[in-house]
Amino acid sequence: MSGMNTPARRGELPSAPQTLEPRWVRNVLIAVALLFLTVFLFVPLVAVFAEALRKGWEAYVAAIVEEDAISAIKLTLITAAIAVPLNLVFGIAASWCIAKFEFRGKSFLLTLIDLPFSVSPVISGLIYVLLFGAQGWFGEWLYKHDIKILFAVPGIVLATIFVTFPFVARELIPLMQAQGSEEEEAAIVLGASGWNTFRRVTLPNIKWGLLYGVILCNARAMGEFGAVSVVSGHIRGETNTMPLQVEILYNEYNFAAAFAVASLLALLALVTLALKSFISWRLNESRVEDARIKEQ
Amino acid sequence: MSAVLAAPATAPVAARGAPFRVMPGFRLSLGFTIFYLALIVLIPLSAIFLKTFTMTWEGFIAAVTSDRVMASYRLTFGASLIGAFINVIFGGIVAWVLVRYEFPGKRIVDALVDLPFALPTAVAGITLTALYSANGWFGQFIEGVLGIKVAFTPLGVVVALTFIGLPFVVRTVQPVLEDAERELEEAAASLGANAFQTFSRVVFPTILPSLMTGFALAFARATGEFGSVIFIAGNMPMVSEITPLFIITKLEQYDYAGATAIAVVMLVVSFLMLLAINLLQAWARGKSGK
Repeated sequence: MSGMNTPARRGELPSAPQTLEPRWVRNVLIAVALLFLTVFLFVPLVAVFAEALRKGWEAYVAAIVEEDAISAIKLTLITAAIAVPLNLVFGIAASWCIAKFEFRGKSFLLTLIDLPFSVSPVISGLIYVLLFGAQGWFGEWLYKHDIKILFAVPGIVLATIFVTFPFVARELIPLMQAQGSEEEEAAIVLGASGWNTFRRVTLPNIKWGLLYGVILCNARAMGEFGAVSVVSGHIRGETNTMPLQVEILYNEYNFAAAFAVASLLALLALVTLALKSFISWRLNESRVEDARIKEQ
Repeated sequence: MSAVLAAPATAPVAARGAPFRVMPGFRLSLGFTIFYLALIVLIPLSAIFLKTFTMTWEGFIAAVTSDRVMASYRLTFGASLIGAFINVIFGGIVAWVLVRYEFPGKRIVDALVDLPFALPTAVAGITLTALYSANGWFGQFIEGVLGIKVAFTPLGVVVALTFIGLPFVVRTVQPVLEDAERELEEAAASLGANAFQTFSRVVFPTILPSLMTGFALAFARATGEFGSVIFIAGNMPMVSEITPLFIITKLEQYDYAGATAIAVVMLVVSFLMLLAINLLQAWARGKSGK
């Protein structure tokens, strides 16, 4: 798609055949692709909202403004509000040192940053049980000082930080590597301070990539289930995030309420996808512009 | 990707290893990166390996090879393989259709392919269960007409793992197809190759590395998946219990060592997959000459 609009493709002869295969092959392939996506994506997406509204609009609203649901929404927002900024700061620091400098062990560092993506969510929760649980490394000390981490909000926040750890960094690193550091060097040589260079030169260049990473990080932070489920302890109204509230309602056979809360998360997913498409389009635009400037 | 290599990777000053660096903040940014990485990822992860050292070798082997856990490996890895395979075939077709053909609503379809990444897994889990259970939209037909039970069977696990792996193959194959030189296919056709020959000799070898990378990514994601599976699986020990759920069961029985031992097995598999994916990506880059 993005490739279709590049100048090279636009310069193709208009008489060039659009496709080589016969028309019926094309139609069959489109039909198969759309059927597969309908069964696995579109119908489930519609089903979330259909199930949520099955008992009518009033029941839907009642399920969402219910006390435990509200406290789950609050906890989810608090968790994301802590996890996302921390991982944002990390993402900026990591991409700055990786993209702007050469040092030994860089590719190893890159692999380590990606690690949380390849760890099962359940294991991401388990590690905090091993650290802060009653039998854990710090369990006894925490108990003596009456500090609750596991089965409390701090544990949920830590597990969320772990699973969303790489998101911002892995968006920013390739972007900043592609941009190089000529502009920053010019600013420094002309006497700008490091902080001003970052704020006035780097930040405007990476803002779309940064936003892209933040949005993905936020979606995962609000939607994480497995890791949070292990460390939460499932205390109603206290340590339930929205996905955990969905699970509890569902297991109590309160399907309409479960889907009502789930529909909020599905809306979040749709907003995330819409923003993501918009930002990729902006990123592409600025890339095309950069290329044009360099050509001139 | 081409832009990455076209631009100078670093300042020439730094590349020559001169003692003077123009760019500030190296120590601060690297120091913070390593500190935060150690605090959030490395120290907690090392707890898993250190915990298993408290077990005897026999105890470890017994914990990771019990009948119930073996059954869970078979289900987890088997269903992940099938799901990834389904995604290679249909994800490949979806990528092809999105790159090569025009149809109404294409942009929206393209954006929605990422839905399994964005939709919380618990939401996916309860929705798929509602759809495939006996009175659900799909379940009514599949169970009523075909007589096949999907929800609360291993088949349900395959459905959930296919769903969450869906974007991987599409998103790895798509850019490769976009960059593929159509001139080669046109040349093959003008030299007398039919559509099938053109596909199998020209297109397929080009996209094979990306298909395999997508397969590996979807498989790796599926093996660790929890939220979307537990609702639809039924979770019967020996039949439809996945390994991540078994780890939680062990934790709930306060068998921390047993849970950790199984987690180590899963982690080792994940790291091997990560290695395989890196090698596949290196192969793909070599093949496309970038």
